[in-house]
Amino acid sequence: MTKLIFEKHIAEANTFELPPLEVPEVGLSETVPEHLLRENATVIPEVSEVELIRHYTELSNRAYGVDNGFYPLGSCTMKYNPKINEWASRLPGFAQIHPYQPRETVQGAMQILYELGKMLGEITGMDHFTLQPAAGAHGEMAGVMMIKAYHNKRGDFKRTKMMVPDSAHGTNPATANVVGFDVIEIKSNDRGLVDLDDLKAKMSDEVAGLMLTNPNTLGLFEEEIQEIAAVVHEGGGLLYYDGANLNAIMGICRPGDMGFDVIHLNLHKTFATPHGGGGPGSGPVGIKDFLADFLPKPIVIKKGDSYSFDYDRPDSIGRVKNFYGNFGVIVKAYTYIMAVGSEGLKDACQQAVLNANYLRYHLQKKYHIPFDRLCKHEFVITARNQMESNHVATLDIAKRLMDYGYHPPTVYFPLIVKEAMMIEPTETESRERLDSFIAAMDEIAREVRENTQIVLDAPHTTVIGRVDEVTAARSPIVKWEE
Amino acid sequence: MNIPQGLFYSSSHEWIKIEGEKVTLGITDFAQHHLGDIVFVEVPELNSEVNVGDSIAVVESVKAVSEIYSPVSGTIIAVNEELEESPELLNEDPYKNYIAVIEVSNEIETEKLMSAKDYEAYCIEEEKK
Repeated sequence: MTKLIFEKHIAEANTFELPPLEVPEVGLSETVPEHLLRENATVIPEVSEVELIRHYTELSNRAYGVDNGFYPLGSCTMKYNPKINEWASRLPGFAQIHPYQPRETVQGAMQILYELGKMLGEITGMDHFTLQPAAGAHGEMAGVMMIKAYHNKRGDFKRTKMMVPDSAHGTNPATANVVGFDVIEIKSNDRGLVDLDDLKAKMSDEVAGLMLTNPNTLGLFEEEIQEIAAVVHEGGGLLYYDGANLNAIMGICRPGDMGFDVIHLNLHKTFATPHGGGGPGSGPVGIKDFLADFLPKPIVIKKGDSYSFDYDRPDSIGRVKNFYGNFGVIVKAYTYIMAVGSEGLKDACQQAVLNANYLRYHLQKKYHIPFDRLCKHEFVITARNQMESNHVATLDIAKRLMDYGYHPPTVYFPLIVKEAMMIEPTETESRERLDSFIAAMDEIAREVRENTQIVLDAPHTTVIGRVDEVTAARSPIVKWEE
Repeated sequence: MNIPQGLFYSSSHEWIKIEGEKVTLGITDFAQHHLGDIVFVEVPELNSEVNVGDSIAVVESVKAVSEIYSPVSGTIIAVNEELEESPELLNEDPYKNYIAVIEVSNEIETEKLMSAKDYEAYCIEEEKK
């Protein structure tokens, strides 16, 4: 195993000689109050430049992303990021501007903000977008704050609860809680969809709204969405759309037409901008016209051919991020949409759904599929067969997949399915690639029966083998000490 | 599976022991088994008021985070702080290692809870899902 950078420390390995100052030197103690000064030097490891480069290059070689191989992480849409997006975002006119520059010198950048908002509106059926939120959960917070502002503005202070289905992403109840709502869980029915009776029973004049992902985290479309919307709206609540799974319906149908009032998108999922460590993300929020006053300010407006910022918005929930969002990411998403066009977006969605169903059909032969019917962009399988025959769990199968060179899918989520593995192939994978993944899963199923221990001890080919997750969680060591 | 007689059980896998107006609450053996290795427990605040159905504690395992719901209304008069340092106690003996003691303010709705026998049947059904 590689040493930590702290363990590679060699005192004075990297001594720089700076030219003499051209101005008189002022000692720290003359300008900073004594109680704020350190007594001991900070512990910063010292290595030579070339050793530093080697250290991080070695670590970067271990990273695994979609550029390395198949990455079927459900509900995270780890789709390939076309490199043209990187080219566009690095153009000097985008990369080398400053947010404090005079507006007339950055009209092109403001045009991108304006037009991306319009394009996202057309794709989702929403009237206005803010591009400020830095990622999905941040977008959720901005969206739910607007729901709260809407009820408060009407003098309706009784609505202190937010409904969230039991299949929801964990961020949904977390967001509602952070914004100050009590969370009410809505049950799923035996088809894996929102239980309409439970929803009706729990809807009241104390409920601010329902946060819903459609298709849900089982990859299943909420077929009763119009009835769901009616129940929430008739009860005076608003409908919130978690956009994590937008890839499944993009270009086919629109949340705005289903009755959603507020929606967040993850540009780093649906619109092919980098995800995870390749981030940052971007979580635009779209709303219907009647919520426009509550949008974070400023918003970009267009008069004639010129773009400006409108700050005069007294009912705004305020700014949710410094400046105007993660602008480089916004340029990448804009580039993706322009490059593939509206037909391309629709095609991406259809291909993603086709790929998911192809995998589901072939994996059902060896693995249990709790909701085995036509899915959207993702589906859930379980290790039930392997548990019953050989006490092999989902975790073991996920670890063994790494030995076959695949990033494991999302495991143990959604919570309503035992031993869940949630698989989302995305549109960019070829049939040959899907076939090799199916072959690996079939091979693991065979190993479970014939060579169980090799699965239980996996992974074998990685730098670090099976991690003791329990000790890591119970007694984590989060700080380096000599 | 260990399901002691004399306790009442909820459908969300909490047990309660009733002694007059004092109710001791914890999670069942079924719950700890299905959660797996428990790595973190957030116990309720002492002297806080709870209503039936309120989430009063959080139990986190390597697999999932679960909220613990109170089947009674009242005031938290004792909490098992030991669980914060040693969450594994819930895996070792979930009946000895309670989560909280509640002094009830209303009549306990025992008809909405299960006996040991009913709970056993319920767990067998849950297992099949």
